[in-house]
Amino acid sequence: MASRSFADAVVGEQLPTLTVALTRTLIMAGALASRDYQEVHHDADLARERGSKDVIMNILTTNGFVGRFVTDWSGPDSIIRSVKVRLGVPNYPGDTMTLTGQVTELRPADRVAVVTVRGSNSQGDHVNATVEIALR
Amino acid sequence: MTEPAQTADTPADAQSDAQSDAQMDAAFDAALQRFVGREVGSGQLAPDEVNVPMIRHWCEAMGDENPVYLDATAAAASVHGQLVAPPTMLQAWVMSGLRGPRRDADSAYQQMNELLFSRGFTSVVATNCEQTYHRYLHPGDTLSMRTVIDSISPQKTTALGTGHFVSTRQDYFDAAGELVGSMLFRIIRFRPAAKAPPPRPLRPEAATTLDIKWWFDALNSSELRVQRCTDCSRLRHPPGPMCPACHSLAWDCLPATPTGSIHSFVVVHYPVVASFDYPLPIVLVDLDAMPGIRMVMNAVDSSLESLQVGARVRIEIREADDPSAKSGTRLPFAIVEPKS
Repeated sequence: MASRSFADAVVGEQLPTLTVALTRTLIMAGALASRDYQEVHHDADLARERGSKDVIMNILTTNGFVGRFVTDWSGPDSIIRSVKVRLGVPNYPGDTMTLTGQVTELRPADRVAVVTVRGSNSQGDHVNATVEIALR
Repeated sequence: MTEPAQTADTPADAQSDAQSDAQMDAAFDAALQRFVGREVGSGQLAPDEVNVPMIRHWCEAMGDENPVYLDATAAAASVHGQLVAPPTMLQAWVMSGLRGPRRDADSAYQQMNELLFSRGFTSVVATNCEQTYHRYLHPGDTLSMRTVIDSISPQKTTALGTGHFVSTRQDYFDAAGELVGSMLFRIIRFRPAAKAPPPRPLRPEAATTLDIKWWFDALNSSELRVQRCTDCSRLRHPPGPMCPACHSLAWDCLPATPTGSIHSFVVVHYPVVASFDYPLPIVLVDLDAMPGIRMVMNAVDSSLESLQVGARVRIEIREADDPSAKSGTRLPFAIVEPKS
């Protein structure tokens, strides 16, 4: 895994797209890995009873994917300073989330690249995020 | 508003109502704002120190192959100098797990919610989550967290409905008491936008053939008719092509007297068909002045108690469905006279 250097980063640069198959297993694995036992993340019957179409991905997993998407590009020598997400439509099993992003700002003072991330599924935007990451 | 019975029928009244509404809103907003800055709960201690097994579960779920999380050699050679936890795991370290969070009815957060519930802001949707990391965590770090109500917005109307955005801030500290990260979590507590009820489906259309269509057409011209054999003069209903007595195919029809008495009835409770109101009384009416002629119809504008064999009924031809639905279908309905 190569690391992106600040000197090579360009405003407008697109990050490699990440496609995530939203399996039921993935949604539950994310919920369990984040110790989130709310039924809406694993019990489809109860989720439907409460008005949801199916189980939905929890916010912590969304955060995890946004972080991973950016460090897949920036590599081991980068340091995430902040992840700010705005939430949209839920991630249901059977769908696909496509993560795209681009560098919108470069701050030489702290070698931080500001990256905007969009994660969309068949229903629309699941997440819009801004990530500040310090590069090598 | 001081007296509920009062209506705002003059401009002056309307103005004073608007003023008192505004005063009430201002009082509500002020009460709400008093929760800003208050601590939620008594702080939480992470049940486990930052550890590799939990990091492994996380990286497997996210498909995260950044070596600084699990490969000690690669981590040592990186800018981090040692194994670190994925920063977005911050909240996972203090999650309360299968037993769920302790609910404290007296907490400021609960009291704030009660106040919002009192205004009908009962639904909730998370809108934003903003994490800031002051340093990466390492295996062995022990975390504690405290939560503060950070801000409450004025009333806003969104696509979801009208409500207030509530932001809480979680601050995370290491064993030395150093702030290592913060998380701003914003939800909207709202009153769901009212959904218009779906339009009531129309009644199933009468299945008509050439032999009986004339009878329904007459109803649409507000005429209730009874068929008569022109050879033997026998009356018959329901309509049919042939006289059951003399087998003649010749017929005409007479206007029915729109009164009669209940021969029999049934009140349907189940199964429910959406086009009808339940309980649904269905009556079989003996028509006045036409012995042996009985018609089936719904009873309307009548109490269930008034339904009795022999009770008198008045027959009215009405739109079968809500006139605004404009199906054009008219049917006879029985109005049962209360027992005198």
